[in-house]
Amino acid sequence: MAKAPTADTSHHGEGDSRRDFLQLTATAFGAVGAGVVAWPFVDSMNPAKDTLALSSTEVDLTPIAVGQAITVMWRGKPVFIRHRTAAEISAAETVDLGQLIDKQTDEERVEKPEWLVLVGICTHLGCVPVGQKTGEARGDFGGWFCPCHGSHYDTSGRIRKGPAPKNLNVPPYAFLTDSRIKIG
Amino acid sequence: MGSGPRQKFDNPVVEWVDSRLPLFTLMQREYGAFPVPKNFNYFWNFGAIAGVMLVTMIVTGIVLAMQYTANTHMAFDSVERIMRDVNFGWMLRYMHSNGASFFFIAVYIHIFRGMYYGSYKGPRELLWILGVVIFLLMMATAFIGYVLPWGQMSYWGATVITNLFSALPLVGEPIVTWLWGGFSIDNPTLNRFFALHYLLPFVIFAVVFLHVWALHICGSNNPEGVEPKGPQDTVSFHPYYTIKDSFGLLVFLVLYCLFVFFAPDSLGHPDNYIPANPLVTPAHIVPEWYFLPFYAILRAITFEITSFHLGGLIVLAGLAMPMGVKRFCPDYQMFAMVGAVLCVIVGGSMALMALNDTYVVFITAKLGGVLAMFGAIALWFVMPWLDTHPVRSARYRPMFRALFILLVIDFLALGYIGSQPADAMFFGLFPLSLVGLACTAYYFGFFVAILPYLSKKEVVRTLPPSIHDAVLARNKSHS
Repeated sequence: MAKAPTADTSHHGEGDSRRDFLQLTATAFGAVGAGVVAWPFVDSMNPAKDTLALSSTEVDLTPIAVGQAITVMWRGKPVFIRHRTAAEISAAETVDLGQLIDKQTDEERVEKPEWLVLVGICTHLGCVPVGQKTGEARGDFGGWFCPCHGSHYDTSGRIRKGPAPKNLNVPPYAFLTDSRIKIG
Repeated sequence: MGSGPRQKFDNPVVEWVDSRLPLFTLMQREYGAFPVPKNFNYFWNFGAIAGVMLVTMIVTGIVLAMQYTANTHMAFDSVERIMRDVNFGWMLRYMHSNGASFFFIAVYIHIFRGMYYGSYKGPRELLWILGVVIFLLMMATAFIGYVLPWGQMSYWGATVITNLFSALPLVGEPIVTWLWGGFSIDNPTLNRFFALHYLLPFVIFAVVFLHVWALHICGSNNPEGVEPKGPQDTVSFHPYYTIKDSFGLLVFLVLYCLFVFFAPDSLGHPDNYIPANPLVTPAHIVPEWYFLPFYAILRAITFEITSFHLGGLIVLAGLAMPMGVKRFCPDYQMFAMVGAVLCVIVGGSMALMALNDTYVVFITAKLGGVLAMFGAIALWFVMPWLDTHPVRSARYRPMFRALFILLVIDFLALGYIGSQPADAMFFGLFPLSLVGLACTAYYFGFFVAILPYLSKKEVVRTLPPSIHDAVLARNKSHS
């Protein structure tokens, strides 16, 4: 840095504040500019339009007998559809809310009590819980069991025991007819 | 770097280059005549060994990248093609996959050597911090690299690890979606992981350069932990340590080759020879062995931190308040009493309400696990300030030595626990996760409680006056 000429001392204070102002505004504009330039690079890593446009999935429920469950794909994720038995429904409905980690009634989680539709991804770290097929472990509460870190879900897909913080997600879906749903 | 006086080289070509860019002078000064403590043991080989492994990984990685395809439909098959059809492809891939393991072996020994002999202490704090940065970059690179073959473990390991970020409040979910470039691990994820897996090793290389630069500014620590005091304490790097490093390196490479050629899959998981399937999670997801201790810490935290804990803390603080005030500012004892009563009432009612199921969760079990896992490494960054004991080497710190060896055993135990299923039992007696929690507690206790305590209280054995004296005394006791 060159030394400032000494003759200018009378305007020293004024010059200083002007310089400070210029320096601050230049820095501020520089920072905003850098942010503006950085954003496209960061945002380019977010889901692209074709990924976002991934179609919704329609599922025919007629082949699923009571007590059976199927897994379908939606947005690259497994979705569990279980045709619940009367015993499973009453188990889910009669639970005392105080015992739940993520408090939700069964009613809030279903459109029709006999059909349970869930994103089949453990809310802990994203494994697919087992319990869809007959013979698979269903955990201590008759729903699903995540073998990765030992989370137990009940017959409403609610977390009951283990490290997962939340109930299994319910995806947005609607009944098109009595036996047909559209997920997404 | 090198604008000082320079000795002329006899070779005219070397001299021509060196007078314009003093590369040869630099090499001569930093690796030829560079004075190094003369008492290194074989633990001091592992920095150089790690450097050789880094180069091995970069070289094998570059040729593998020429054959690999980063697309979810083709990645698995392109790796199988490398194994079956590409000339020496099997060897290059096995060198690369086992090379990662041996790189980590070298680096772990290097790190724990640094801890044992107090190499992190002043003036080498920044050298140590750069090393921890390298370790973090290695973890990121290794994790991303393991995703590329697109087998079941690749896919599900990536799912579990990227989901760690969803534990962060508010920003968690958007960050995970951003990392994925979609709503699950998919083609965009694989593609960017490949790009990053190619980039990060060169970032590591750059930080290694800084690490070595910092080393050459303050010089190496040594097993005695006493700084060299004069020429009688040092030898020149070449030929003494070029030879010692080469010998150690060869032994290490023999072991490496045993794995590459005779047990190439023993450190991997058979599940990764099954193509990735987003609908089926393998029964038992395990990370690569070098992540297991940290994975065990992640899994050890299964409880949440609520207003019950905060209330308890407030009560304890309230009870401690009168004592603290009495000691440090005795004029305000009245206020202290009022404060204490308030604390006990507020904290106590928070805790009581929590017992009656009215509570706020501050840290979920998931976030707690993630914080603990990252915290376990973050502690290494501040180790020079947690351990302020003036004596470096564990040789002269009996308490530190015993408790540190216990830490190494603890770390290995965590590694074993991390390799077991989540619901495993300890000899059928009680859940193994309890042992994991105890080991985690010791790990953190060592850094945040034992190190600061020993810094103040530990009485050390008499330090030798110099490295030279220590070496002579040692030789005398042996003969």
